Amino acid sequence: MKLTLWTYEGPPHVGAMRVATAMKGLHYVLHAPQGDTYADLLFTMIERRNHRPPVTYTTFQARDLGADTANLFKTACQAAYDRFQPEAMIVGASCTAELIQDDPGGMAEMMGLPCPVIALELPSYQRKENFGADETFFQITRALAKPIDKTAHVSCNLIGPTALGFRHRDDITELTGMLADMGIAVNVCAPYGASPSDIARLGAAHFNVLMYPETGESACRWMERELGLPFTKTVPIGVGATRDFICEVSVLGNVPQAMDEERLRLPWYSASVDSTYLTGKRVFIFGDGTHAAAAARIARDEMGFEVVGLGCYNREMARPLRALAKAYGLEALITDDYLEVEAAIEAAAPEMILGTQMERMIGKRLGIPCAVISAPVHVQDFPARYSPQMGIEGANVIFDTWVHPLVMGLEEHLLHMFRDDFEFHDAAGASHHGGQHVAKDATKDTAETPAPAEAPAKASDVLVWLADAERELKKIPFFVRGKARRNTEIFASQKGLNEIGIDTLYEAKAHYAR
Amino acid sequence: MSFDTPPSTGCREAPVLRERGQHEVFCGLTGIIWLHRKMQDAFFLVVGSRTCAHLLQSAAGVMIFAEPRFGTAILEETDLAGLADAQVELEREVARLIARRPDIRQLFLVGSCPSEVIKLDLARAAERLSVQHAPHVRVLNYSGSGIETTFTQGEDACLASMVPSLPETDARQLMLVGALPDVVEDQARDLLAQMGITDVAILPARRADDPLSVGPNTVFALLQPFLGDTLAALERRGARHIPAPFPFGAEGTTGWLRAVADEFGVDDATFERVTAAPRDRATRAVAQAAESLRGKSIFFFPDSQLEIPLARFLTRECGMRAIEVGTPFLHKNILGPDLDLLEAGPQLTEGQDVERQLDRCRAAQPDLTVCGLGLANPLEAERLATKWAIELVFTPVHFYEQAGDLAGLFSRPMRRRAALKLGAAS
Repeated sequence: MKLTLWTYEGPPHVGAMRVATAMKGLHYVLHAPQGDTYADLLFTMIERRNHRPPVTYTTFQARDLGADTANLFKTACQAAYDRFQPEAMIVGASCTAELIQDDPGGMAEMMGLPCPVIALELPSYQRKENFGADETFFQITRALAKPIDKTAHVSCNLIGPTALGFRHRDDITELTGMLADMGIAVNVCAPYGASPSDIARLGAAHFNVLMYPETGESACRWMERELGLPFTKTVPIGVGATRDFICEVSVLGNVPQAMDEERLRLPWYSASVDSTYLTGKRVFIFGDGTHAAAAARIARDEMGFEVVGLGCYNREMARPLRALAKAYGLEALITDDYLEVEAAIEAAAPEMILGTQMERMIGKRLGIPCAVISAPVHVQDFPARYSPQMGIEGANVIFDTWVHPLVMGLEEHLLHMFRDDFEFHDAAGASHHGGQHVAKDATKDTAETPAPAEAPAKASDVLVWLADAERELKKIPFFVRGKARRNTEIFASQKGLNEIGIDTLYEAKAHYAR
Repeated sequence: MSFDTPPSTGCREAPVLRERGQHEVFCGLTGIIWLHRKMQDAFFLVVGSRTCAHLLQSAAGVMIFAEPRFGTAILEETDLAGLADAQVELEREVARLIARRPDIRQLFLVGSCPSEVIKLDLARAAERLSVQHAPHVRVLNYSGSGIETTFTQGEDACLASMVPSLPETDARQLMLVGALPDVVEDQARDLLAQMGITDVAILPARRADDPLSVGPNTVFALLQPFLGDTLAALERRGARHIPAPFPFGAEGTTGWLRAVADEFGVDDATFERVTAAPRDRATRAVAQAAESLRGKSIFFFPDSQLEIPLARFLTRECGMRAIEVGTPFLHKNILGPDLDLLEAGPQLTEGQDVERQLDRCRAAQPDLTVCGLGLANPLEAERLATKWAIELVFTPVHFYEQAGDLAGLFSRPMRRRAALKLGAAS
């Protein structure tokens, strides 16, 4: 038993719903009690879908438990087929139905429905939403995809996008365009927009583009083995990754590399002088494994940030993320407990967070700006405008998204000039997000009256900040103060000092000057 | 329309269509979202699955709270294997929670579908934990599971669980039952005080230490129509129910106050003096919002159990025409006064088969459909205007001063439709 106040991922049957809702002509019969229909609103409200998810819930009640929940399932299954006439059905149990062990898969098979019925075994008490999506799509593919002739012209499948995905809709458009530039057609995009008959012709493609390992990797591995379809290993988020992806695709498709550089703005925007202030910004990255890993590379290599924290909430990606974090000189944070993430962010004291909607909230509490890079999704993550994360436009979008929460370059210089100004003082807050502006009390300069008792409290381990150094530190603009404090403390402990005075502060500043 | 004349034929004896099928409603856990705001020192610990946790955060959109006063003890494979373990594990999680949150004075262990199916004895757990953490924390339990409760029934189960342990009193007092926003509660207290009814208790109390007791000289009025189990629990403690229409709109509020006033022997002149001004304000506010509702038809999907009183309000005070009024449960003993006022005609339905009901809704093409969030956008996409039912339990809508807001909740979707012009100007 584990106390959970908030969770990054839903249960696995919600993952199955993400696949079913993304597809056409597929119906999901879910053996579930009343109330599990809440999941419908994720799709109709957060994603603003204009159709109900294609899911029938058996809605068993306490009084059915002693009687005949199995029959209830069969009735619901038959009624769903009669009403919706799907090309194929998936059947499974939610967490409660798993306990009553009615075996929906077996029952549905016995019914002899006139369409393929695919049984899902999603262990609700062990696994989560991403696993549910990945496993569901794998089972659908395994059941329906057959070896068939390749398309005459070189083509690929786009694998992994689902309903409720982070910018999946726009990533599909971007990649389709990029592949077209290389002369590669998209054979099938799945699960998003695919029907069961489309799944049957996945094998006609020459290779697979695995867009999201979280939801498409098992199917890609199976297709590699059974249908001889190799798949891409690079997720094209960021400029470098997009270039690597194009290399990979040109080899797999045996076509020359081509990329519409005209549209690509991130490199110049990042090189232009206004971006100088981005140099060495300390960022903390947390999200799903794929987006977090992509963000780390962009942050360090394309924005010039310093990555001070890296982690993901989906355990399935723990191994690659741990290896990646090591390459950044970090220990990866693998957890689905947001309070642990909050504590890690607080300890790392970054200047910016790249995270999920939850880290955005954490950032608000801690006064740290945040840009959202990953699911779990929020209604804000489905903008009306075209806003991909992948490919060329994705890189442009990411540049804008990450820079906007920060105090801009010129603004930062102005803040520095006016650092003791009545408007730009400590109490005014570190972020222009959320915090209210507090007018400075002219009669009392807090910087002049440090409470003596506070000094030991602020000491890190054995280091003690002397009052005058503490005062001097306060004169440093808030957005670099955390870094100055850290650098000074590292410097002091390297020198074996246990007291920090003004001299130590400036010695450290000289030492770290770049 | 004159409020004084009830319709010649009300709906009390109207035939009810009882349906069985897919229910497109929340389970009782959802009530935690408003109950924890009301009870400021209570923590709600759901003993359930990841689905329960996901439901709560999805329904509440709860990312805003640093550490919310509700959470889920998620059952894992090991808990399902042996029941003895689950009790020990629960005690450990509760001890941890209480140590971290010294502000918590009441803890509700809330049963879920999985905990009910594996027959986890939360009553026993609550008893043991109460002993362990007395006197600082009181531990109660109730079930909000979907196999037993529908949406607002969760509040009913919660309030009913508090009744047996209330101290006994012989004092003559009025108890108001139902969790309303503080501002509305204060308005009700004020109106009653002006009529000389000052000994008023409210279930649930805002804080654990607020004095609240019950006994044979307690009379109680319900503020919400879904509190059937709580009603029964209070009657078992000797308290007596005052039947009344529910305080929605000018007419409903007046009817509710009248029933309470009669019980306490308030004379007509006093009643008139206290209610005239706010009643008039309410009537005027409703009339304004009702302009876009008059003559329009409305269709209710079952959701909060507020459907019958709302249909009464919308038909009698806003001039709407009800086509179908669906409700998860129809408590005739509680809703009798409202059913008497609702003119015969609309189809009353209890329970749900959502596909069949959608068929009826599409066939009827109502001007406004009241439904849950899962159905709203799909129906809007079919060009049917909708009102999200959940807003009705999250928004202050009771008593005179909110009557205009209540009508406004229904008129806004209509006004919005009229306001949007997306074609070319020519």
